[in-house]
Amino acid sequence: MPFRRSEAGPREWIDRSRTLSFTFEGRPCTAHPGDTITSALLASGVSLLGRSFKYHRPRGAVSLANHDVNALFATDADTNVRGDVTPVTDGMVADPVNVRGSLEKDADRHMDRFGRFLPVGFYYKAFHRPRALFPFWERIIRRRAGLGRVDTAWTPRRRAKRYGYCDVLVIGAGPAGLRAALDAADAGFDVLLADENPRIGGSLDYQWLGDAIADTQRDDLVARVLGHPGVTVQTSTVALGSYTDHWIPLAAPEGIIKVRARGVVLATGVLEQPAVFHNNDLPGVMLASGAQRLLHRFGVLPFERAVVQAANGEGLVAAEQMAAAGVTVAAVVAHGPGVTEADARRLTDAGIPVYRGWTVYAAHGSDAVSGVTIAPVDEAGNCDADSGETIHCDGVLMSVGWAPAGHLLYQSGGTFRYDDTLAMPVPADWPSTVVPAGRVNGAFTLGQQLADAGDAVRRLTAALRGEPVPPVVPQRDTVPHGSQWPIVPHPKDRNFVDFDEDLQLKDLEQAAREGFDNIELLKRFSTVGMGPSQGKHANLNAIRILARLRDQGIDATGTTTARPMYYPVRLEDLAGRRMRPERETPMQDWHRERGATFMEAGEWRRPAYYGADAASAIADEVAMVRNGVGLIDVSTLGKLEVFGPDAATLLDGAYTMRKGNIRLGLTRYALMVDDAGIIVDDGVAGRLADDHFYLSATSGHAEATYQTLTRKALEWGLDVHVVNRTGQLGALNVVGPMSRRVLEPLVDMDLSEASLPRLGICDTRVCGHWARLVRVGFVGELGYEIHATPAALTTIWHALLDAGAAHGIRPFGVEAQRVLRLEKGHIIVGQDTDGLTNPFEAAMPWAVHLKKPFFIGRPALAHLKGQEQRRLVRFVLPPDHAGPLPRECHLVIRNGDIAGRVTSIARSPTRGQPIGLAMVDRALADSDEPLTIRADDDVLVRGEMIAETFYDPDGVRQDADNPEATP
Amino acid sequence: MKVIDCPVIGTRPLSEFVYGGEVRRPPMDAAELSAVADHAFNRSGAPTLLREWWFHRPTSRWFVLERDTLSDRIERVVPPEEVAYAIPTL
Repeated sequence: MPFRRSEAGPREWIDRSRTLSFTFEGRPCTAHPGDTITSALLASGVSLLGRSFKYHRPRGAVSLANHDVNALFATDADTNVRGDVTPVTDGMVADPVNVRGSLEKDADRHMDRFGRFLPVGFYYKAFHRPRALFPFWERIIRRRAGLGRVDTAWTPRRRAKRYGYCDVLVIGAGPAGLRAALDAADAGFDVLLADENPRIGGSLDYQWLGDAIADTQRDDLVARVLGHPGVTVQTSTVALGSYTDHWIPLAAPEGIIKVRARGVVLATGVLEQPAVFHNNDLPGVMLASGAQRLLHRFGVLPFERAVVQAANGEGLVAAEQMAAAGVTVAAVVAHGPGVTEADARRLTDAGIPVYRGWTVYAAHGSDAVSGVTIAPVDEAGNCDADSGETIHCDGVLMSVGWAPAGHLLYQSGGTFRYDDTLAMPVPADWPSTVVPAGRVNGAFTLGQQLADAGDAVRRLTAALRGEPVPPVVPQRDTVPHGSQWPIVPHPKDRNFVDFDEDLQLKDLEQAAREGFDNIELLKRFSTVGMGPSQGKHANLNAIRILARLRDQGIDATGTTTARPMYYPVRLEDLAGRRMRPERETPMQDWHRERGATFMEAGEWRRPAYYGADAASAIADEVAMVRNGVGLIDVSTLGKLEVFGPDAATLLDGAYTMRKGNIRLGLTRYALMVDDAGIIVDDGVAGRLADDHFYLSATSGHAEATYQTLTRKALEWGLDVHVVNRTGQLGALNVVGPMSRRVLEPLVDMDLSEASLPRLGICDTRVCGHWARLVRVGFVGELGYEIHATPAALTTIWHALLDAGAAHGIRPFGVEAQRVLRLEKGHIIVGQDTDGLTNPFEAAMPWAVHLKKPFFIGRPALAHLKGQEQRRLVRFVLPPDHAGPLPRECHLVIRNGDIAGRVTSIARSPTRGQPIGLAMVDRALADSDEPLTIRADDDVLVRGEMIAETFYDPDGVRQDADNPEATP
Repeated sequence: MKVIDCPVIGTRPLSEFVYGGEVRRPPMDAAELSAVADHAFNRSGAPTLLREWWFHRPTSRWFVLERDTLSDRIERVVPPEEVAYAIPTL
């Protein structure tokens, strides 16, 4: 039975002078500050900490190193916290996660007996037929599967994110990490040292504890690291993954730190691996290093009388430490060359019986270990069970070998190879700026670890300084540190390879027999290594098993990918704030004050309409533009200025229509397509000088158009400069039959057709400020776009409101503009076109000048001309159309099949009937059939296609010399 | 996250850049349909030393980088004149 020593150890994490209380399964328990849930429960004599995932077998503490995934708990704050590393807090309420009822009387504990009916792959095979029954099985499986319960009353919390910068990031603060941090800092580099434990020191504080030389070195290293101005220490912090260019997220208690380092030292150490024998999962069976952590950090011993299975010197040290702490070591069983004759004699002399050439064959007990059977084993790992002996004990220590904690090195592009002496994979190759050091690199003795760290830092700092990197001075140990085959078959199985997923030796053998005999397939079929610990205690043994079955080496068998994250991460640590920059036009405050309702337009928010009631506001705004004068803020338009002798060549190459022949002072529609001939942007291009053009682009595409033009200027070797003035200039459009009358008194020029013709552009002064006037016809009335600096635009806006007051001038929003342009039949790129629409489909063949020898998309459009499968058509619904209008994206139906979709639709106040645009199959577009639209609730609405523009087909309304318009 | 040594202002994170794709030349006049479609839609993912367009948003500059797509290492900055081609005009 586990217990807490009364005598405090020298480096304990707990504060024995104070006591906390918490409840476990409703029972009151006590702990000291610094205790984890596991250590506190063991200290109070509880060894049964959880039930296994599949068979609900009793499980206990194993590693105390953040990988005990069979001792998960739900607390009042969280679910699936790991008991081995989660500190107890005063008043904490903890419960086991995978039980029905209590841990001891778990209603599912009999699942273990059905184990043989649940072979590997059972779920894949069992519930396929009959298919109709699958939902029934699914409900049952879902109820049973999974660990823990999600708190549905959860409230999201924001967790801080930080960026961290350093020259050298050292991960792991054991002997190698401490040495590396010091050496790098002494060399003048800014060092960040991160360790997942709350204290630095690593194995110096348990494995090497009591070794006089190690203790002296430890005190010296820790003191110098803590006192070094060049080293920042970050404890309780897990390095989650290694991304490109030394970008490493650290999970610190307060949140994620995204660290960008110049170089990384991986002193991540090793993960002790379990032996595979019958009942190796019973509470009381522990990794030797796990028991050492338990003893030296928390003063807890996991058992009173133990059998130690050792394949290396570390196991013997653990046995001696346990014995010194008061555990009766009933026997040390050792096999393999890792324990020498001399080692054995040392223990025998100390009164500990040693069985060399023996192994643990089976553990016994129901809810905890009550004894073990040991048996002789030959060099190949074959166990002679008949000659076995049974020893009474309540615990087993396993020290049969290690696996490198090499995840970050794999992710950094490093490779590993299996070292037959050390019986573990060791780094074979790594980048010059991500270097392994210490036990992860196969340096096992303290001297080797420190020397290896020094060597690693020498190579790293040379690489960081751009100097030649000196060759590696090998520090790898030459004596065995593990068993090549720590696996013992048993007729009753229950010899677990993967504690997370309840996988036994026979499961992996069977998976391989069924043909899943590649390591990646074996993993996916059997789920080995797919549990919460991601195979940290299972992968190496699984590879060994497969290698033996296939009669091949470990390296030939390969390994699975060690993906981030190294350790489960809270989603709230990963979740970022939604970053949505918003841009504002010079008139934004004015729109707000005028009660505008805003809508999104790319990164802008534009007034949709002004006033409370959408329908009447939009109708009023439309009527005012048609009959008087309106004012709209179009500052969101892309505004690009193009200068240089090759300006015309650039625009001719970038747009579908000719630009080089635009006369000075005039503009032309500008349509841009991509290499596939798909419409990507439209706007207006105006010529201010031979070598000077001014372009507008759609609100959402301005930046992309700017990027296209600047890139093409380089690509085509042109002498041209493109300036993006989108954010620098504001713009408004004053439009309507009265617009000339309102504007003319404010401008330093005559606005007649002769002076500023239709499609004209010129620089002038408005209200005394520089401004650029463009005659545009987007909404189908006489109108003037005025581009000016933000300050000037505000002045002009207010001056226009004053000057137009007599004509009833009012601002209008995007909704009214959409109706107005629809009446004029103008498309909106992105609404009436999609990611597959070419200009011919948009019924704009006039905008494609194939006479030009080249422009972006010309090769494609040359082939697409006349080949369009669909076309944008205008349609009207009857004036007496009752009920709600069909909506954008409602389908057009022809002979029962989908034949297109509505892209724009609105009630046209001017025509007195609903009008719209639809992208329909060419056969329908070419016919004179009625258009049938399937509206909401499957109501079929009939309309008809019309050829002519809905409004003012001849454009007489846009004549500045029109008597109505003239002052 | 990758860092790129921006020729204008030095080492910057990838998130400041816009990837402009491989340096390629479009088919010119009277190209076969297959050549046009190949240019518009097909890209080779095979590892190679690739010349690519990159745009650095904060400085609004395009440049061409030569990148080993197997090692993801940027080998050099390519002067744009090296990849520029003239387009036919009327």
